[in-house]
Amino acid sequence: MKKPKIIKNLKLLEELIAKLLMYVALFVVVAFAMSIVVTIISRGWPAMTWEMVSQVPGSSFLLGGDGGILNAIVGSLYIVGASTLLGLAISIPIVFYMNVYLKKTSKFGYIARLSYDVLFGIPPIVFGAFGFMIMVYFGMRASLLGGIIVITLLIIPVFIRSIDEVARNFPREILDVAYSLGATKLQTLHVVLRQILPGVATATLLAIGRAIGDAAAVMLTAGYTSAIPTSLSQPAATLPLAVFYQAMSPIEEVRQGAYAAAFVLTLIVLALSIGGRLIMRYFSKDKIH
Amino acid sequence: MKKVFKMFRPDHKFARGDGNSYIKIENLNVSIANNHILKNVNIDIPDNKITCIIGPSGCGKTTLLKTLNLLIYAIDGVDISGKIDVNGTNIIGRDFDIEVHRRMMGLVWQKPVPLPMSIFENVAYGCRVNGTFHPRKLKMIVEHYLTAVGLWDEVKDRLRAPATSLSVGQQQRLCLARSLAVEPSFILADEATSALDPMSSKTIEELFVRLKENYSIVMVTHTLSQAQRIADNVIFMYMGQVIEAGSAEQIFKNPQHELTQNYISGAFS
Repeated sequence: MKKPKIIKNLKLLEELIAKLLMYVALFVVVAFAMSIVVTIISRGWPAMTWEMVSQVPGSSFLLGGDGGILNAIVGSLYIVGASTLLGLAISIPIVFYMNVYLKKTSKFGYIARLSYDVLFGIPPIVFGAFGFMIMVYFGMRASLLGGIIVITLLIIPVFIRSIDEVARNFPREILDVAYSLGATKLQTLHVVLRQILPGVATATLLAIGRAIGDAAAVMLTAGYTSAIPTSLSQPAATLPLAVFYQAMSPIEEVRQGAYAAAFVLTLIVLALSIGGRLIMRYFSKDKIH
Repeated sequence: MKKVFKMFRPDHKFARGDGNSYIKIENLNVSIANNHILKNVNIDIPDNKITCIIGPSGCGKTTLLKTLNLLIYAIDGVDISGKIDVNGTNIIGRDFDIEVHRRMMGLVWQKPVPLPMSIFENVAYGCRVNGTFHPRKLKMIVEHYLTAVGLWDEVKDRLRAPATSLSVGQQQRLCLARSLAVEPSFILADEATSALDPMSSKTIEELFVRLKENYSIVMVTHTLSQAQRIADNVIFMYMGQVIEAGSAEQIFKNPQHELTQNYISGAFS
């Protein structure tokens, strides 16, 4: 039986409206992202001077004096770099254990995953307050080490959740092959890593994004200083806090400096995600599809 | 702890197919999640012969292979009883070195499963996990087994390319080379040619016939004509039971059991 024409037209209309809505949604998101980038560039670029990125702030920097934000750039890189490495070193074995050693129906695995989900949703300021409390208990002061530890704790759930997502879809036959060749469970790590590396790269990008943009946790644990830290026990400045303190200033020039810091922050994140994507493409060449 | 140390074991000697390998299965019962899959299976698998297991889908052929390889332990809720005697050792029981046993049983899957690595690494992987790390030695092993499966000339210029860049037929031969590289005594093939085109499956069949000089081969197959072409012994299974076993000639020309007769004449499949 032939369909009546009106129904056919209705379906076309339906399709059209759906498409239109999707285009609008896409446009809003892209426009929003672009406007952020454009604002940061247009406001940050004029304030960008060589001095800004190559010098630590002078004594009256926040009052419009000399200096730059090198302390924050270096502090951020220290904290993010160290906590990403630490986070990876802790998360990968956990995910490996949950997926290779534990059975799919394991209660322990279920509880562990639930806990990481809960941790994932906890706001950074809570991590910061918790870290701060422990630091006070041990008599530690705000320091680079404190910042690294808290940021590591903050990004471990990000790592585990997103790597686990990939590892759970790991083809079981590959494990069977490895076993049949005489591999122990531990020895399958090599194969598992090869397969989930693209996932690990994505997770790393997400984690770095969360780590580098976080202001609340580091404010309580790493502190803020004008100097570049030379040891783990010294406080360290971070870029989001540099943005924060400058943006709070009543002086117009200093507020310009906030955009410069935001510009540097965006630039670092952008460079990392583009670099990450290139690395990801390289590593996924052996992946089984 | 033993397993941890084994990782660092220096160059391990492989158990070669020495012409005296055999498998003797007695009263094997396997159930998975209270589902009785293999019922009282008794099978003899001699050396240097191709033993084909035929039977309709769901008759337990794959489970039997997985049990022989002990990959069955990776499945949840599995219960095994009976005896599987491999070269004089009963492999059913927990106090057994599973990795050494698995290496002895080279497994070839229905669908080729390359590891997420390069062609070279795929063959070398098994040697690495078993303690051979010397680069020159690995190179020799890889070349030897890729030649044995007739793949060397096709891939020698792109050993570093990902294994997935090969065609399915080539991948299956690569998987066979990978299994052979750890020097097993047995080759277990689970419908190894069913995913391949006729030309590739002919290549694999010829390979198996050549390999039976050094290995004892157990092959699960859906294609009766394939069993007729290459089998020395045939085992017919139905609903988890061995209905009939014997030499290929006897089973195909003069089957004793009614079910076997029906299956071979094509009354059901």
